Amino acid sequence: MNIQNRKLIKIATAGSVDDGKSTLIGRLLYDTQSLTTDKIEAIERSSRQRGYDYLDFSLATDGLVAEREQGITIDVAHIYFNTDKTNFIVADTPGHVEYTRNMVTGASTSQVAIILIDARKGVIEQTYRHFFIANLLRMSHVVVAINKMDLVEYSEDTFLKIKADFDALVAKSNFGEEQITFIPVSALKGENVTRKSEHMPWYVGNTLLDHLEVLEPEDLQESAAARFPVQLVIRPKTEAYHDFRGFSGKLYGNSLSVGDRVTVLPSGNESTIKSIHFFDQELESAAPGSSVVLTLTDEVDCSRGDMIVKSGETPQSEKLLSATICQVNSKPLQVGQKYTLQHGVNRVLAKVDRIEGKVHADFSGTEETDQLKLNDIGKVHFRLSKPIHFDSYHQSKSNGAFILIDEGSYDTVSVGFIE
Amino acid sequence: MNLLTPNPKEAESIQIIREVAAQFERPVLLFSGGKDSITLVRLAQKAFFPAKIPFPLLHVDTGHNFPETIEFRDQLVKELGLELIVRNVQDSIDQGKVREEKGRYASRNTLQTTTLLDAIEEFKFDACIGGARRDEEKARAKERVFSVRDDFGQWDEKNQRPELFDMLNGKIHVGQNVRVFPISNWTELDVWEYIRTENIAIPSIYFAHKREVFFRDGLIWTANEHVYREAHEEVVEKWVRFRTVGDMTCTAAVLSEAVSLDDVVNEIRLSTLSERGARIDDKRSEAAMETRKKVGYF
Repeated sequence: MNIQNRKLIKIATAGSVDDGKSTLIGRLLYDTQSLTTDKIEAIERSSRQRGYDYLDFSLATDGLVAEREQGITIDVAHIYFNTDKTNFIVADTPGHVEYTRNMVTGASTSQVAIILIDARKGVIEQTYRHFFIANLLRMSHVVVAINKMDLVEYSEDTFLKIKADFDALVAKSNFGEEQITFIPVSALKGENVTRKSEHMPWYVGNTLLDHLEVLEPEDLQESAAARFPVQLVIRPKTEAYHDFRGFSGKLYGNSLSVGDRVTVLPSGNESTIKSIHFFDQELESAAPGSSVVLTLTDEVDCSRGDMIVKSGETPQSEKLLSATICQVNSKPLQVGQKYTLQHGVNRVLAKVDRIEGKVHADFSGTEETDQLKLNDIGKVHFRLSKPIHFDSYHQSKSNGAFILIDEGSYDTVSVGFIE
Repeated sequence: MNLLTPNPKEAESIQIIREVAAQFERPVLLFSGGKDSITLVRLAQKAFFPAKIPFPLLHVDTGHNFPETIEFRDQLVKELGLELIVRNVQDSIDQGKVREEKGRYASRNTLQTTTLLDAIEEFKFDACIGGARRDEEKARAKERVFSVRDDFGQWDEKNQRPELFDMLNGKIHVGQNVRVFPISNWTELDVWEYIRTENIAIPSIYFAHKREVFFRDGLIWTANEHVYREAHEEVVEKWVRFRTVGDMTCTAAVLSEAVSLDDVVNEIRLSTLSERGARIDDKRSEAAMETRKKVGYF
């Protein structure tokens, strides 16, 4: 089997400090034979030294542990493993100080969130925040892994109580019930992670790994309108391709086909797709998620930052923008400030007109503020130097998000989700 | 050919490489002749086809490369009509900028950095595309796709720009440059499976061949004039191949009979299983040893 046939599932993990997230990831790596020999030996040795009668899988991600011990800033780490059917990428987002920034970053490239809950503690304030971010980023699926079931005597009542508490949160969110899955696990003992637990006969659902494997990437893709942001104009200027003028980019939303009537934004000029190229192949259609080159039947004005869409499916074009902002840099966002706004591959200047308020990341409402600090989430109104061509984040993740770049440091300081 | 199901990792890498060409004035692709940089060249071809790759390759040559790698490099550059820049570690040594290591573990591996930084300055490269992957080691797991470096080429790991969705921020100040890692999200197996699917040519030393080697510290070293060897370290002829290809002084061989890409992919899959399985539970180790023997291990 080759990579083209294997699904790719991207997961963001969220949990508080001691709820066993590292152990869960370590367990997944171990049970899928994704750990190297030296790493396993280190785990065995260290577990023995500490006098454990089990293997301490949190050591599988010990880069992070070392970081914690040194007290330096904890950052998103990427972890890879695969089964015969699926490639997994885990964005491990550490659970304390800068968890909002980290989880937003990790979740932005993921489809599935695993939220860990310590069965002894139940739903805590951190859980609210993790779920709030999963909801804000409109993740496709949330897996609530209720961990340390071995420490609550594998009690179904405990599991049901936590599920009921969590369901109350789900009711406040945009998620449907079918998007949330609860799995009782013991990461330490490997129960319901990749192997069914013998101690929880009352749980009839899938193990965590089985559940992650049955998620269909088709379900995870967007069913939004086709959006083709132009990255580069391809002009070979060779004998064989003398008049070739192709538009390269990555296609989001729906597919595009040869013969489709399209509109180029911002000019509004219409044309028809003449050909679709992927390396040396010519395709009839481009599938969502593919990086291709399009040519058009007419000589229309089109360059980097422009967007090709199907005629009749044009997005909104506005110079005034309202968005939910998450501040990912220590320099606060304030009224009157100017930024470079990057929307996909397009850049415009943006000025903060008004901050409507800071949103409490626990579903408890908003408060007034005149600035957004690191890890704050708030509603902000912008004025742009030129219109951008966007969908609401709710309709299209790729065309409804942007970043703000500080004009002085050039750092990425905010991420925005367009209303 | 109708609708093509995109390989998501390939599509992501192509998107990244195009962003480099769009956001930077003087990009360069760091080419070692190894499988990862060969994969990058294929991805870059795909990113710009039917146009040519719009940036040169830079090879920092330690002078201790396998001759097969150099031959391969020159052939590839000729076939694809690419521009190749070579800068030599020997020159940095002759200029007194770095000093050759001596003794048992002497290698020019670490000396490459100086030669690379000098080349970046000489050509004013603002983006260097490299084939490093996040699964290679712990610290790399936190590396960004666009990784900003200061004038001294240093990486400030505590102060990295968060990368959200697939929006890449390549804005830099004068003097800064960016290291770009388009195959950040690929694993070793992904790379090999891609090379097989695409039928990409790779240097012959990736396949099993007879070679004069010696054993030290449980590793298999190439026996020749560039590699320090003590009198008691006996030279033997073995069937080996290389799993990574770098400088002769820091690249160890593995015993192997894998002569085709299929063999190599299978070997990597099985060897990781057996390497892991052999020490974990006794039951598996017997089977694992058997599997290893089948693919040419000890």
